[in-house]
Amino acid sequence: MINFIIRRILYIIPTLIGISIVSFIVINLPPGDYLTARIAQLELQGDTTSRHYLEQLRSYYGLDKPIYVQYFIWIKNFIRGDFGISFEYNKPVKDLIKERLALTVLLSVFTMFFTWIVSIPIGVYSATHQYSFFDRIFTLISFAGMATPGFLLALVLLVFVLFRFGTSLLGLFSPEYVNAPWSFGKFIDLLKHLWLPVVIIGFSGTGGLIRIMRGNLLDILGQPYIFTARAKGLKESRVVWRYAVRIAINPLVSIAGMSLPGIIGGEMLTSIVLNLPTTGPLFYRALQMQDMYLAGTFLMFLTIFLVLGNFLADLALAWLDPRIKYE
Amino acid sequence: MEEREKDLGFEFEEKIYALTYWQLVWLKFKRNKMALFGGVVLLIFYFCMVILPEFFAPYYLEHIFLEHINAPPQKIRFVDSNGKFHLRPFVYKLSGGIDPNTFRRVFIEDNSTIYPIYFFVRGDSYKLFGLFQTNIHLFGTVQGGTIFLFGTDRQGRDLLSRIIYGGRISLTIGLVGVFLSMILGSTLGIISGYYGGVVDNIIQRIIEFLTAFPAIPLWMALAAALPQDWSSIKSYFAITIILSIIGWGGLARQIRGKILSLREEEYILSARIIGCNERKILFTHLLPNCLSHIIVIATLAIPGMILGETSLSFLGLGIKPPMTSWGVLLNECQNVRSVVQTPWLIIPVAFVIITVLSFNFLGDGLRDAADPYTR
Repeated sequence: MINFIIRRILYIIPTLIGISIVSFIVINLPPGDYLTARIAQLELQGDTTSRHYLEQLRSYYGLDKPIYVQYFIWIKNFIRGDFGISFEYNKPVKDLIKERLALTVLLSVFTMFFTWIVSIPIGVYSATHQYSFFDRIFTLISFAGMATPGFLLALVLLVFVLFRFGTSLLGLFSPEYVNAPWSFGKFIDLLKHLWLPVVIIGFSGTGGLIRIMRGNLLDILGQPYIFTARAKGLKESRVVWRYAVRIAINPLVSIAGMSLPGIIGGEMLTSIVLNLPTTGPLFYRALQMQDMYLAGTFLMFLTIFLVLGNFLADLALAWLDPRIKYE
Repeated sequence: MEEREKDLGFEFEEKIYALTYWQLVWLKFKRNKMALFGGVVLLIFYFCMVILPEFFAPYYLEHIFLEHINAPPQKIRFVDSNGKFHLRPFVYKLSGGIDPNTFRRVFIEDNSTIYPIYFFVRGDSYKLFGLFQTNIHLFGTVQGGTIFLFGTDRQGRDLLSRIIYGGRISLTIGLVGVFLSMILGSTLGIISGYYGGVVDNIIQRIIEFLTAFPAIPLWMALAAALPQDWSSIKSYFAITIILSIIGWGGLARQIRGKILSLREEEYILSARIIGCNERKILFTHLLPNCLSHIIVIATLAIPGMILGETSLSFLGLGIKPPMTSWGVLLNECQNVRSVVQTPWLIIPVAFVIITVLSFNFLGDGLRDAADPYTR
């Protein structure tokens, strides 16, 4: 087992290097560099004092050096925790993204738990009551969920609620807490607002998971060992939950790792629509403004988050399913 | 009687053995009503929106009605205000005015003027298939009447017409994108599955690496880096390429799995024994047998592409005006406070969802039907 974990960790390293290269390419994709444009803009406004400062930045980040040297400077700074400067906000990227990344991770993890808590019981019910009235209803809902991306749902809900009740669903905090420092009250306030984005983002994932859970469980309920368990006279609830669900859940764990990119993407689009203080809106703005250090850092961190999620899912699966070999 | 039924059953069984693979697939597919329904909806959508949008849309895409900016949808009626029944459906005239309290333009239905709806009316002229000059539209009103079944937008353009024209881009971008990723995905998937070993290992590592990226943020970053001054056609293809950059990995992996199991079949072994060369085995034996699965995988991948285009264009990073897609229409809904005044502008959402739903049903049905030998 320990061998397996170590091998899995070693395996992550080349992936991370690749990810950093791609993120760096994305940073450098737009033609021209931001500083030159910025200097021209400032001089047009008659501001000559910041030229010196910006030139200093240029040599600090090695923007006058060849591209591969720039990459090494960037990655060295990145490991040290210096992610560069957001030219748009004139602040270190680090200060801008900390809270937003934390909220994105929190939202994603909550969404994931939400999809599991909702879809496992429904999937089990649908499989044990196949073709019943409620199974058909749940099937319909899950198909609709799979076809409805979160941001469209958010848009429709937003317009509907504003149209009908005149209140807005935007944001994650009540007005009095938006700029307040973190406190217990603010945290409670966050939890109060969090459920809506969680439901919206989780809706489409839930649909997919219900289908998978139902299909898996139906397969397993037809297996001989379930027949044996019933023949032994075990209670039906024990047969279903201890014998069948236990096995049917395994594929869901490996899917959990794979579903993270979808959750992140859905979270991003939904946050832009709902204007949540997570990575989505800031990443979007950074892309529009070609504020590339900011955008590249976001891309890098989100991908690292995914890689870690996959790693944890693999570990969980290895721990849950004794049939998996570590070799 | 009983004997007769048995005979029929026997005949049916006999017939099944004589059917070709594709006939069996069709037989099994036909039984799945939801898949059939999805297929029919898609056929209608593609026919109306991709092949003949000029005919089905009541107005030309850029037809601006300055008198009818932000007009609400007009209702099709059969009974007029006097309670009289009309066999031919009609709409009331919309007359615009200014609300004295809010100074906003409002429209009220003018009960005194009715515009009957006719089929095959003459309207904006267009070139059918780019060849024949004509001006016939499926339906419309005459004598200066207007028909806005879904209302008009901020510039006074008919929303239904824009949805129909927008479908041309939204519906094809999925097909083109999947086609691109299919070429790459099936080639690499087949090579990876058939040869195995080092080649397989390298291709699998690349795919794993690609799927590690969150698709939407990467799409956004790449789309944002496209030069702003590219022509419509150029950016259309650039967007499809961006959408297929991540997609092909998943497809290649599924096709590889299929090849891995097919590779062990007896007929491949016999082909090898009689001295078929590799290329012949790959392209005349393995590929045709994978074809149905490739089609299924492609069908299930299309909705993701359509949603990708919609989300990118919604954010203003994908297709840009003057080109119109469903995402572009939704882009105008970004300002929620103004949409509340004109809630009909979110109707395109319904078209996106119906399309994706239909593709999901169709793909599910095809997946079951692609393996007609199992019950």
